[in-house]
Amino acid sequence: MAEITVTVNGKSYTRDVEPRMLLVHFIRDVLGLTGTNIGCETSVCGACTILMDGQAIKSCTQLAVQADGSSLTTIEGLASNGDLHPVQEGFWEKHGLQCGYCTPGMIMASVDLLQSNANPTEDEIRHGLEGNLCRCTGYHNIVKAVQYAAEKMQGGN
Amino acid sequence: MGKAIGQAIKRKEDPRLITGQAKYLDDIQLPGMVHAAVLRSPYAHAKINSIDTSEAESLPGVVGVFTGKDFADLNPLPCAWQAGGVNNNANTPRTLEIDKVTFTGAGVAVVVAESRYIAEDALALIHVDYEVLPVVVDAKKATEPGAPQLHENAPNNICMEWSCGDEAATDQALADADVVIKQSLRNQRLIPTPMEPRGAIGVFSPVAEDYTVYMTSQAPHVMRLLMTAFVFGIPENKLRCISPQVGGGFGAKIFLYPEYCMVAAVSKKLGGLPVKWMETRRENYIATTHGRDHVTEFEVAAKNDGTITGLKVETYANLGGTLSTIAGGIPTTLYGRLLSGVYKFPNIYCKVYGTYTNTGMVDAYRGAGRPEASYLVERAIDLVAQKLNMDPAEVRRVNYIPPEAFPYAPASNILNGLKYDSGEYEGALNKALELVDYKNLRQEQAAAREAGRLMGIGFSSYVEICGVAPSAWIGLNGEGWGAGLWESANVRVHLTGQVVVTTGSQSHGQGHETTMAQIAADLLGMDVADVRVEHSDTLGTPFGYGTYGSRSAAVGGVAIHNSVQKIIEKAKKIGAHMLEAAPEDVTFEDGKVFVKGSPDKAKTIQEVALAAAVAYDLPEGTEPFLDDTTYYDPPNCTYPFGTHVCIVEVDKDTGHVAIKRYLAVDDVGKKINPLIVDGQIHGGVVQGLAQGLWEGAVYDDNGQLVSGSLMDYALPKAHFLPMIETDSTETPSPVNPLGIKGAGEAGTIASAQAVVNAVVDALAPYGITHLDMPLTSQKVWEAIHSSGNGRE
Repeated sequence: MAEITVTVNGKSYTRDVEPRMLLVHFIRDVLGLTGTNIGCETSVCGACTILMDGQAIKSCTQLAVQADGSSLTTIEGLASNGDLHPVQEGFWEKHGLQCGYCTPGMIMASVDLLQSNANPTEDEIRHGLEGNLCRCTGYHNIVKAVQYAAEKMQGGN
Repeated sequence: MGKAIGQAIKRKEDPRLITGQAKYLDDIQLPGMVHAAVLRSPYAHAKINSIDTSEAESLPGVVGVFTGKDFADLNPLPCAWQAGGVNNNANTPRTLEIDKVTFTGAGVAVVVAESRYIAEDALALIHVDYEVLPVVVDAKKATEPGAPQLHENAPNNICMEWSCGDEAATDQALADADVVIKQSLRNQRLIPTPMEPRGAIGVFSPVAEDYTVYMTSQAPHVMRLLMTAFVFGIPENKLRCISPQVGGGFGAKIFLYPEYCMVAAVSKKLGGLPVKWMETRRENYIATTHGRDHVTEFEVAAKNDGTITGLKVETYANLGGTLSTIAGGIPTTLYGRLLSGVYKFPNIYCKVYGTYTNTGMVDAYRGAGRPEASYLVERAIDLVAQKLNMDPAEVRRVNYIPPEAFPYAPASNILNGLKYDSGEYEGALNKALELVDYKNLRQEQAAAREAGRLMGIGFSSYVEICGVAPSAWIGLNGEGWGAGLWESANVRVHLTGQVVVTTGSQSHGQGHETTMAQIAADLLGMDVADVRVEHSDTLGTPFGYGTYGSRSAAVGGVAIHNSVQKIIEKAKKIGAHMLEAAPEDVTFEDGKVFVKGSPDKAKTIQEVALAAAVAYDLPEGTEPFLDDTTYYDPPNCTYPFGTHVCIVEVDKDTGHVAIKRYLAVDDVGKKINPLIVDGQIHGGVVQGLAQGLWEGAVYDDNGQLVSGSLMDYALPKAHFLPMIETDSTETPSPVNPLGIKGAGEAGTIASAQAVVNAVVDALAPYGITHLDMPLTSQKVWEAIHSSGNGRE
């Protein structure tokens, strides 16, 4: 077992973990934060996307021990004081989700995208989300959700 | 009607989904829970001589190891929908296979351990002695002499031979026609791929001697029936099924699977420990059902003016190594019976062979039989247009069933007594042509060809059989479905005026909690916020058949409507009593009971609900409480329709197909929530486009699924696609009082042929008349370069 200390959504956790434990299992099964979903084991679907030190990563292809000393944000930590993040708001307003399973990862990837490109074109949004699969929406309303969030964040909210 | 139906309101279920608070199956942790991993056959066809589990059992942390012999007392899983009216040589999976396996991925043993990590470790320590047998994977080759035989009771691997229509009349039409076109085509195998794989948790109570099974199911009540009555041989009331938040299904989560029985049976063997099994994506690809997989030849006959006079079809439908739950009905009832499409074809005949092969089970996948039928019909129309050098829109126009012909019974009784409910097919086409500015589009295409660019325009006019189905029609005496297909609802107006609706249908992304609340709120004259919709737990919901076949609104929604109507009648009686008026003198409007002509002095539904709940002063003979349950059996299916247009550009140097524009004009009848309808269309269209251009499950000659992961199976990504333009016409269905036709599958049923027709249109200068899906860059490039003038 290895001891790791990780800050998740602003709270520090120190835990002993098996060296082979995947980060997504640490988040879900050890910390009980089940909002981050698992959709594949090949790092393709992106359902497990979280932010590590501000950058989007796929938590199914990192070991928990690799996260030692880092600061993570999961979907549970995105809203602040009960106010939805503009990306969360966009997904709700624009019907950017149906079954909701890809949604936490899709939202985290969108947050990352808008951090690096505050005013993306439709094409940039589509390419920016190529690491995240959705089977329900055909991506149409996901693009609209990200556009909504970009506009809202540009507006200074 | 009130103010809620037809409103594009945001979904009530979304707050928990966008904040990570929803509880999917894998999120459920129960005290003492242990974890299962399934050992699956690496061979597509093999005898199991012996299984040695001793080494796995001795691994620390392993709680138990079981093989098929441990569950020999459980019956094989049932096939609840076999092809109607014909003999079915049924072979179904067991909880774990005992003697032989017929596809790669069939379960042969299970390890239960303190963690999934340990369970997976132990799988590698189980030693199975297999005797490997020869393999066949193609639906038609399986029936040829010398093919490996999968099941003793199915000679030549034929499960069933089914037909519909009039063969003699169709042959005559082919003989008499001005032109006859013969075409072979494949409707390739697809992998449904809901983003949440399947999973289950079984809990046996040694005290009550009953089971609770959590499962990723589109139809928890049906699962309870099938598991208890058919597999376990116990009464239904010994099992509670709970389907938690479900992350997509697309048909693949309708069915009873071996693992659902396995977790329950293992929990019993372990004295009631909760046993969780969660599918990996690899397992999802090899062990969850696939869709489509038809090998077809057809002949279409036409007059020189484009009028089609006959359609004759022969299809080999691949059913996989064993039969899934409703496998038999998909390539028969839901395929052959739709082969008239939106057209007044006067003669139709369809023969279907359902065959066993050493591949994963094939069952309903979004559209389920109807996309296969629509694809064939719309390819046939384009082949006729190309042959006669006619505009494909005009060939469609001359063959449409006219509005005055409804209700319409397709020729040769292929719909077996039912009739299309209503339709205005030319209206949808006209709207689509106008929206794409068709005349200019053809000029643009001509100019592009002049400039050496390959632009294509593809049409798809479709109709579907939805809102399944009248029980007496689809049941055992007709189409072979093993039960009824009505749907239920319970509506209660509580003391505080808040409403709870429970439904036997199940939401796995469709938004029932919103749309069903809209129906109840609209009719009761209340706010949508005051209606809560509960579903997916056999405890506390009336029996229902679940969600598939675009039936939740068109059947389940009508059950809600009918219950609300009965509640309103009761509310009028109680309200009249409160107003000291005669019941026949009052009316109910906008949430209030009042004497006709005197709306100022009214009792609100909330006031009536309170009076009904406390029951201090009710009219004589009136029971307390506003509560009603409806079991609604539809008198007919519903028949949504529309016309889609796809515009593509093909890069002749690479074969790459770019979708430049996609327009869907759909008529789903009355819409409950246009936002949700559009979302269903977008997603459905993309699943069909994916079949047209990218997706395809591939088995090699050894029966290995080489497209067995998301790295190998081409699920569409955001940048493959344009925005999907949607528009609509609205022809209410006369089948139900809400006028609903259904919207869940329309997009998928329409779109594959739209893009294929567009690509073939683009490639017309090369003399290409047909290409089998998926139209990958390689396939298109090869077609161009093997054509007569491809090396220009």
